[in-house]
Amino acid sequence: MTAAAPAAAPYTTVIGLEVHVQLQTQTKLFCGCPTTFGAPPNTQVCPTCLGLPGSLPVMNRHAFDLAVRSALALNCTIAPFTKWDRKNYFYPDLPKGYQISQYDLPFSSDGWLEVVDPKGAFARKVGIIRVHLEEDAGKSMHDEAAGTADTRIDLNRAGTPLCEIVSQPDLRSPQEARAWLNELKLLLVYLGVSDCNMQEGSLRVDANVNLHIPVAGQGGAADRIAKTPIVEIKNMNSFRSVERALAYEAARQWEEWQATGTEMGKMPKQTRGWDDPAGITRPQRQKEESSDYRYFPEPDLVPVTVSEADIAAARAAMGEPPAVLRTALESKWKISAYDADVLVNQGRDLVAYFEDLATRVGEGKVASNWMQQDVLRTLNERGGTIAEFPVRPEHVADIIARIAAGEFDTSRGREIFAEVLASGKPVADVVAAMGIAAVSDDELVTLCKELLAANPKIVADVQGGKEQAAAGLIGQAKKKNPNVNPGKVRQMCLDLIRGM
Amino acid sequence: MSLSRQDVAKVGLLSRLALSEAELDSLTGELSKIVGFVSQLEEIDTASVAPLAHPLDSQNVFRDDVVKPSLTTAQALQSAPRHDGECFLVPAVLGESGAA
Amino acid sequence: MQPLQLSATDLVAAVHRGDVTAVECVEAFLARTAAANGTLNAFLTIDRDGALARAAEIDARRKAGKPLGPLAGLPIGVKDALCTADLPTTCASKMLAGFRPPYDAEVVARLRRADAVIIGKTNMDEFAMGGSNENSAFGPVRNPWDTTRTPGGSSGGSAACVAADMAPVAIGSDTGGSIRQPAGLCGITGLKPTYGRISRRGLVAFASSLDQIGPMARSAADCALVMETIAGHDPGDSTSIAGDAPAYTRSLEKPLTGLRIGRVAAHFAEGLDPEVAKGVDEAFAAFKAAGATVHEVELPHAKYGIPTYYLVAPCEASSNLARYDGAHYGHRAEPGKGHRAEPGKGHRAEHSGSDGFESPLVEMYCRSRAEGFGPEVKRRIMLGTYALSSGYYDAYYAKALRVRRLIRQDYLDAFQHVDLIGGPVSPTAAFKLGEKTNDPLAMYLVDMYTVGTNLAGIGGISFPCGFTAGGLPIGFQLQGPALAEPLLLNAADRFQRLTDWHLRRPKPIA
Repeated sequence: MTAAAPAAAPYTTVIGLEVHVQLQTQTKLFCGCPTTFGAPPNTQVCPTCLGLPGSLPVMNRHAFDLAVRSALALNCTIAPFTKWDRKNYFYPDLPKGYQISQYDLPFSSDGWLEVVDPKGAFARKVGIIRVHLEEDAGKSMHDEAAGTADTRIDLNRAGTPLCEIVSQPDLRSPQEARAWLNELKLLLVYLGVSDCNMQEGSLRVDANVNLHIPVAGQGGAADRIAKTPIVEIKNMNSFRSVERALAYEAARQWEEWQATGTEMGKMPKQTRGWDDPAGITRPQRQKEESSDYRYFPEPDLVPVTVSEADIAAARAAMGEPPAVLRTALESKWKISAYDADVLVNQGRDLVAYFEDLATRVGEGKVASNWMQQDVLRTLNERGGTIAEFPVRPEHVADIIARIAAGEFDTSRGREIFAEVLASGKPVADVVAAMGIAAVSDDELVTLCKELLAANPKIVADVQGGKEQAAAGLIGQAKKKNPNVNPGKVRQMCLDLIRGM
Repeated sequence: MSLSRQDVAKVGLLSRLALSEAELDSLTGELSKIVGFVSQLEEIDTASVAPLAHPLDSQNVFRDDVVKPSLTTAQALQSAPRHDGECFLVPAVLGESGAA
Repeated sequence: MQPLQLSATDLVAAVHRGDVTAVECVEAFLARTAAANGTLNAFLTIDRDGALARAAEIDARRKAGKPLGPLAGLPIGVKDALCTADLPTTCASKMLAGFRPPYDAEVVARLRRADAVIIGKTNMDEFAMGGSNENSAFGPVRNPWDTTRTPGGSSGGSAACVAADMAPVAIGSDTGGSIRQPAGLCGITGLKPTYGRISRRGLVAFASSLDQIGPMARSAADCALVMETIAGHDPGDSTSIAGDAPAYTRSLEKPLTGLRIGRVAAHFAEGLDPEVAKGVDEAFAAFKAAGATVHEVELPHAKYGIPTYYLVAPCEASSNLARYDGAHYGHRAEPGKGHRAEPGKGHRAEHSGSDGFESPLVEMYCRSRAEGFGPEVKRRIMLGTYALSSGYYDAYYAKALRVRRLIRQDYLDAFQHVDLIGGPVSPTAAFKLGEKTNDPLAMYLVDMYTVGTNLAGIGGISFPCGFTAGGLPIGFQLQGPALAEPLLLNAADRFQRLTDWHLRRPKPIA
């Protein structure tokens, strides 16, 4: 069974993502239990999140506010009237036997988030169908190795507030998908809405993918696009896994298309789990009954209305999102898109540090270089936050200013930076302690004369026309006096030789 | 409006109720009768009537994001049919999560 | 002083004055309870030691000159649908046999703070589903007026408890009439307040948009006293009405002159027993004689109340009862016989009969629930699940919610012309045990006069207005617009000043 001959590219990969984000509140969505990660099992539970008889939910105001903030940053329309619904199904990590979620009137819809590759490989504006607010389920842990017949249930996570973000199927490659997820994560971290930590489960991703395959018409039929059945992929634990899983699945669907030609609609939507060690997706068992969640309005909660004033207040409290910040940095400080991207990726606090530094220096490119080559590098080595970083913008600006004034060269400046970081001493003290002093012209002349006297061969080479031989003197010069400026040494030696 | 025995079996599974053959028989009759009875609502023209899910007209009931004391683990597990002192124990759940 | 003869209001006053001790009061009612409960089965749990200890503590405080709560020393029976941390809370179901919640219902906490003395948990229809208290997993309750008859339901235990003087006051819950109808069949007074007036926190949910807790006592005055303690806003219940409750005992004495009471002709059509109809009309006459006026009003969609209720309530119940699955609390079936699971193979069982569950987990759910729930509960769960399921939602649940709005509008329209609506609370007086148990639909119809109140979210009170020739109580119901509890209690109280039906007592059970 062969497929018709493809036109141009064999297929287009069509990807939509469904992202669940845990909101960074102190307490759960419907009760006052804490949401801190990593607590011992069943120590953060109460009648409400345990689903005990007679328990009732009360909505966490801050969770709703964070949700609205997220949706606004994703350019969504906020519904003036929203309500919650019960999604009914049986599972041991869902103690009430239903999840309080949103069905037909989510609090926001119709947004977008753009991802632009800083190296220009792609730009994609991805539509967002909806963002809604729901509660998380608990954790079920099955120890296959232990061979017991039991699954252990920890309900600490049950009731944690989740934003579900559903994208349009606008992504066109696994790379785009990964980049988009990074952009989404950056945005939500900037907003202070979530820490988006996939390892801790505060961000989870499911992906939907299929192929659009141009099929040349045969026997008078028109050309058309054939679509493979959509596959939902679950169990991806990192953005890299998402990229790998999508790449694998696209290739697998292409193989399957060529073998069977099965198109969308001919079979129900399949769910496959990503097996990261094996690098493949596997089909998941079809449920006994297809999911009939019997959604109906949650009678224990009343609806929520959002006014224009509420939305304006939320916007005012938001701060600049990363995309806006990048453009602002590029134009204000004349740095490259790449540089702006690197800085913005590190978060608002580091951007503030950079802008403080650039303002003091009066220029962006040098400041940006120092940020990337020195500040970021040592920060990553040390760990900790930029707020805790002992070297402050004024220290770096001081070093840069001294280099500009010729006190020492850049490589010396780096040593000073490292020493300031290590010792905590002021720049001036470090400069003095390192014996850095300006080298006077007389000292320079004396030094160079000594070097020339000690290196007759180099003198002869230079006199013979090989000026570059003078470079060999610089290392010796620095050994004699580390404070000399290499460029000045070279020039002085050449001048002296010429004068000989 | 009559339910078939197969309809009732499907609803039984959706409700997670094990039903004996006798129960399937009697429930088929009873549910058909009750559904027939409630179907008289079809007589009423409700085309321009919105559903009333809440008898109250209230909105925007919230609480502050402030931690309240939780139960102890012992309290949480006190009525668990099976537990290991830390977690609830249920028969092995195979592989994937509950919601498709 | 004979505590058994005292109204709740007088008993509490006597305890405050020191004319009687809390222990004496509690002893008296415990003695009556011990004598009668074997026959009536009104209580599922009797907490003799706890009640006496609490009473002793109250007496000690009084002796020390410390202040006492407004219900000091008052013995109370609490329907077993309300969570009590120190006593089992079973909802009369095998599913929750022996279950102890780690917390008190809000109403229970308020009663305790007011120094009421909970003497036990009263019997009920399982998970509040029923109109005769014959659906209890722990045996039916008998009507103290005639022990071959039902007390009504689902708060049958609470009603019998008060009627037989086992306690002066009991707490019930009402989803489609479960306070008012048993009050009517047992000759006592029962109030279902406006939805949201009393916190539902800790009330085991049956139908969340319909359930309300309420007081049951010998008189409207006693109900008013208890309401002052249990009503009012609870931030732990999102459906709780904002603001404090009014002082219900202070508005009881307003005269009836000028009160406009509606009478619905359609109530008196087929289905209403002639003796009950007569008793109800005599009550109307008594109100008129006292200065009220009676006006014909219509509730055009009233006849659709039962079918609407029997969609909305089972749908919500099917979801509320999903948590009873044997996983985290409640009954779990013993693993083993009867299943043939084939894990990982997508085994498709034709039906959930004895051969073939798709996994041990599904088997646990299905068998635990089958063993834990009685037949009426299963029926309603199935009905609700069906009516919410894909393809049926619009025709059934959504349709019922639209009719619900019409029913509410009927009341809003009627209350433009009258202050309250009067009428029967039950189509018959107390019926025989076993009389309606073979026909679920026949049992559903006992709620025909009461479901509208819950669907509309308004308040209703029932109280005795006469007796049949056979000596069975006849109940009268008043319904009022939202938050009209002061007026409902006032009207009932005025009626009880002019008549003495509410003071009659059945022969004590030996």
